[in-house]
Amino acid sequence: MKAFSFSRASTPAEAAASAQRIEGAKFVAGGTNLLDLMKLEIETPTHLIDVSKLKLDTIEATAEGGLRIGAMVRNTDLAADARVRKDYALLSRALLAGASGQLRNKATTAGNLLQRTRCPYFYDTNQPCNKRSPGSGCSAIGGFTRMLGVVGVSDACIATNPSDMAIAMRALDAVVETVSPEGATRAIPIAELHRLPGDTPHIETVLTPGELITAVTLPKPVGGKHVYRKVRDRASYAFALISVGAIVQPDGSGRVAVGGVAPKPWRVEAAEKEMVRGAKAVTDGLFAGANPTHENAFKLTLVQRTLDAVLTEARG
Amino acid sequence: MLRASNLREHDMTSPGDLELNRRDLMVAAAATAAVASAPSGAGAQPAAAAAVRAPSKATVSMMVNGEARRLVDLDTRTTLLDALRESLQMPGTKKGCDHGQCGACTVIVDGRRINSCLSLAVMHEGESVTTIEGLGTPDNLHAMQAAFVKHDGYQCGYCTPGQICSAVAVLDEIKAGVPSHVTADLTAASYDPTADEIRERMSGNICRCGAYSNIVDAMSEVAGRRA
Repeated sequence: MKAFSFSRASTPAEAAASAQRIEGAKFVAGGTNLLDLMKLEIETPTHLIDVSKLKLDTIEATAEGGLRIGAMVRNTDLAADARVRKDYALLSRALLAGASGQLRNKATTAGNLLQRTRCPYFYDTNQPCNKRSPGSGCSAIGGFTRMLGVVGVSDACIATNPSDMAIAMRALDAVVETVSPEGATRAIPIAELHRLPGDTPHIETVLTPGELITAVTLPKPVGGKHVYRKVRDRASYAFALISVGAIVQPDGSGRVAVGGVAPKPWRVEAAEKEMVRGAKAVTDGLFAGANPTHENAFKLTLVQRTLDAVLTEARG
Repeated sequence: MLRASNLREHDMTSPGDLELNRRDLMVAAAATAAVASAPSGAGAQPAAAAAVRAPSKATVSMMVNGEARRLVDLDTRTTLLDALRESLQMPGTKKGCDHGQCGACTVIVDGRRINSCLSLAVMHEGESVTTIEGLGTPDNLHAMQAAFVKHDGYQCGYCTPGQICSAVAVLDEIKAGVPSHVTADLTAASYDPTADEIRERMSGNICRCGAYSNIVDAMSEVAGRRA
């Protein structure tokens, strides 16, 4: 691990200002992803700004009838919150399907949204990777691609976003609140937070240098049956091959977001309008323009069949 | 400091031009150390982009197994795991994968189990850490330690400290009403520590000897005793 200096921020705005002022600085909260990447020298910050002790660890009701989740709320606490379990069960289910109990006890809401890909070529520093080392090339294309993306990918990068939580946040129309180094706040719809790779896969979000996530808000509950189904190589503590998060209303309409297939939580609003017609109609729309490899084309069928099972369960 | 700022300027023009003599490196190291003591000051620009970065040191105080411990001159890179094993000479907590995948390093911090390998010691200032050494002693085993012995919940024993710390915290999580992936009803007021619940909640602790079924037996017994 490369040496780094360390400081503790006392306010979100101060943290953001420090991050912009200090070249090579990064925020650290739970650290469960960042420390792993620092040990591998994939991340080499010169300075860490500890934001874990900022008072951003509460979940509060909003005037609109939704919830405002502090950026530092731990994944365990968010999944266990009684309001989340009752009104946003999809979020609880997605969180509980991810990582291990130990990791969920540390990982934060904001950190989860900003976790890096699990593409094996991103992790292998002996291999070219446009995300890790811009312009060096993509080893995944033409390599082992079973776990990698099928839609929203580019000629420069076919990595996926590994978050389970983000799939639920996308289906729930969450909004990400931030503060800039200048102290300005803004609200970013979750659909716009993550960028598609294009030819700049190293730029993963629309956040500007130093911008700090302070909270994630959920609109008022939409009701319906919430189902999160994750398909993986072992029954627990594994990243998704694919996952399907759905909210299904009594009339058969609903929302669906899919994980393990794209560089961002994958939801196509026009496709989910077909939900009353069944899984195939939705999946056709979700994967219009998909560009799978021969090793991961199975994900298209797997999503369709998983969604079919999810719809059956929701209507049961 | 003048030399150090010259170095930074030089540094930024082109890393390929960088020619450091030994004296320049020492000056850069001193500048970085100064930064570490006043990280939010105006001089906080690290003189670092070069290949060599001087270690940054910090002091951390925490409670470990009920005792106040102070770590001085600690390299900021030190994980909680290495602080426990190397600095505090408490080797009970084990290093397995060192990447949060195996759970051998599990300790309990402020009542919650975490992977101590994926946590910086400097981030635990003022917190309370419980390791396997703090759960029980050879003469006075914790109930979970005794149950692991009784049910043969290990073979080589390397993952065992992490398994036991995790097991103790898992039963507390169930008691506190934290749901899991296999919990059927998210809105239920309480959960039974069934074998399925235990297996799911312990999935972050890998045992290459395969003592899993005996670990489930040990935990079930302790859970039953508590109920």
